[in-house]
Amino acid sequence: MNARTLFIPLTLFVVIAFLIGPFLIIVAASFSAGETLAFPPQGFSLRWIAKVFTVESFRASFGMSLFLAIGGTAAALVMGIPASYALSRYKLPGAEVIRTVVSAPIIVPGIIVGLALLRYIVVPFGVGISLALFLAHTALVLPYAVRVVSASLDNLRSDIEEAAVLLGSSRLGAFFRVVLPNIRGGILSAFILGFVTSFNQVPVSLFLSGPGVRTLPIDMIAYMEIVFDPSVAALSSLLAFLSIGIVFAAERFLGFSRYV
Amino acid sequence: MSDQSYLSLEKLTLAYGDTVAVADLDLDIRRGELIALLGPSGCGKTTTMRAIAGLLPVKSGRVRLDGADITHVSPNKRAVGLVFQSYALFPHLSVYENVAFGLRLKGMRGADLDARVQQGITSVGLSNFANRRPGELSGGQQQRVALARSMVMEPKVLLLDEPLSNLDARLRLEMRTELQRVQKETGVTMIFVTHDQAEALALADRIVVMKRGAIEQIGSPQDIYNRPQSSFVADFVGFENVFALEGGKLKANGHLYDLQGDVPSVAGLAWRPRMVTLGEGPFRGTVRGTSFAGDRREYLLDTPLGPIKAEDDASAPVHELGTELAFDLPARKAAPLASFT
Repeated sequence: MNARTLFIPLTLFVVIAFLIGPFLIIVAASFSAGETLAFPPQGFSLRWIAKVFTVESFRASFGMSLFLAIGGTAAALVMGIPASYALSRYKLPGAEVIRTVVSAPIIVPGIIVGLALLRYIVVPFGVGISLALFLAHTALVLPYAVRVVSASLDNLRSDIEEAAVLLGSSRLGAFFRVVLPNIRGGILSAFILGFVTSFNQVPVSLFLSGPGVRTLPIDMIAYMEIVFDPSVAALSSLLAFLSIGIVFAAERFLGFSRYV
Repeated sequence: MSDQSYLSLEKLTLAYGDTVAVADLDLDIRRGELIALLGPSGCGKTTTMRAIAGLLPVKSGRVRLDGADITHVSPNKRAVGLVFQSYALFPHLSVYENVAFGLRLKGMRGADLDARVQQGITSVGLSNFANRRPGELSGGQQQRVALARSMVMEPKVLLLDEPLSNLDARLRLEMRTELQRVQKETGVTMIFVTHDQAEALALADRIVVMKRGAIEQIGSPQDIYNRPQSSFVADFVGFENVFALEGGKLKANGHLYDLQGDVPSVAGLAWRPRMVTLGEGPFRGTVRGTSFAGDRREYLLDTPLGPIKAEDDASAPVHELGTELAFDLPARKAAPLASFT
């Protein structure tokens, strides 16, 4: 084998190592028996995984993150599905402007969104922290909801709605009877994507966390600043496996990758 | 006429925004008729059909059906069925549920519903496919589901958008027979839209030829085929050689030519390729193209009149490319055209 034929497999190996390496290190570190976060791990134990479940603030912030991920995504879908429908079915004046505005939260760096929300919405209007987080997460997930739902609407012929109407259905009835059932896969995909995006969100939440109200990622950062034990690695591994499980199930049952 | 008219369009004007697609259209259709709306794309035939269904708001004029003014009745209350060109079956529902869709909305349940759906599916020969999804059916089967889905609703008028255009030649004949059978058995008034003259001639009781949002001619298939009234209809139904007349003389390329025989005083004359006499006559042309079409041979001639399309029996001697040939456009065979555009 000469250098030329070695180059490609070698590059491939380096790239893959670079992508999954950190993840493997975290997983290995979470099974460490040592007192500090370290790699290679010292010995083997499940004590840090068990510890995760005993930390009170993790439980509270996990609950907060779960609420934001589910509630924010649901709210984004409630707004996003009608918006996608209008954008894909009607020739709206300024449709492109609406599309751009709706996808702005993806383009603008999260840190700026967070700061702007804090400075111009939360502080002047005295919005509560939980509500501010909920609104921010809804806005962040909205672009994904619109994009994924639009993609599945574009794949659906619009004449089936007219067919439903001619068979006696109202326009609204046609939406619920023939549109919604046919974009179910897209909606579920959007939900999963939104859930994962919201759950892993750091920069925006960073600005909007307050006393006693934190999302899980922010809580993990705060925890690491004080305690440097492997429980953060253990929690990260658990979350990563949860995400992988969800995405795998989605791909298996819904053909997730068709929509994203 | 309006006494026996079942569906009438009165001064119907339809527009997309400011673009008028159909202007002041009048049309009376009798109960149980099978009507073809025939014309090239953009002639307003689909627009007219959508307006009858109520899917397109009427700009001005009226639509009357079975004695009632339905101009502003919403499409879900018109009792008008439509078989879409794409069939528009509901992909998430089985054949059975597709056919049951409208009946359920009418509030039909239980044994009544089941009997009607089964009968609908059986009548189009798909009783073994009741549990299949539309995606598992061929195009022809999907169309029959669409037909059954509309027909179980017992519509007053059934509209069909290009019903044969997505089918291959064999299925086309099958579907044509199917449509005629359904129409005969149920007596439903049918209107179908097509750009294919052969389809219209084979299926319709009456053909409405449309051009740029207006009716160009209405008549039986025989009328349309043999007696086109205008140069547009003549050209559309296969009169390849269409000429204007001026003072009893044929006008072509700015010159006037004498014709043999009695020339009627009309705006123009039209000849099908087989009406052109080859080998004798006052005109001369050069053979520019020839092709064998089974029982006959087609010729394209370069002549002072412009290109002429002619046909000869396949058994007749072949005229080679480049030969100069005498030909005639006999006035007695031509279709007289009342208008020339």
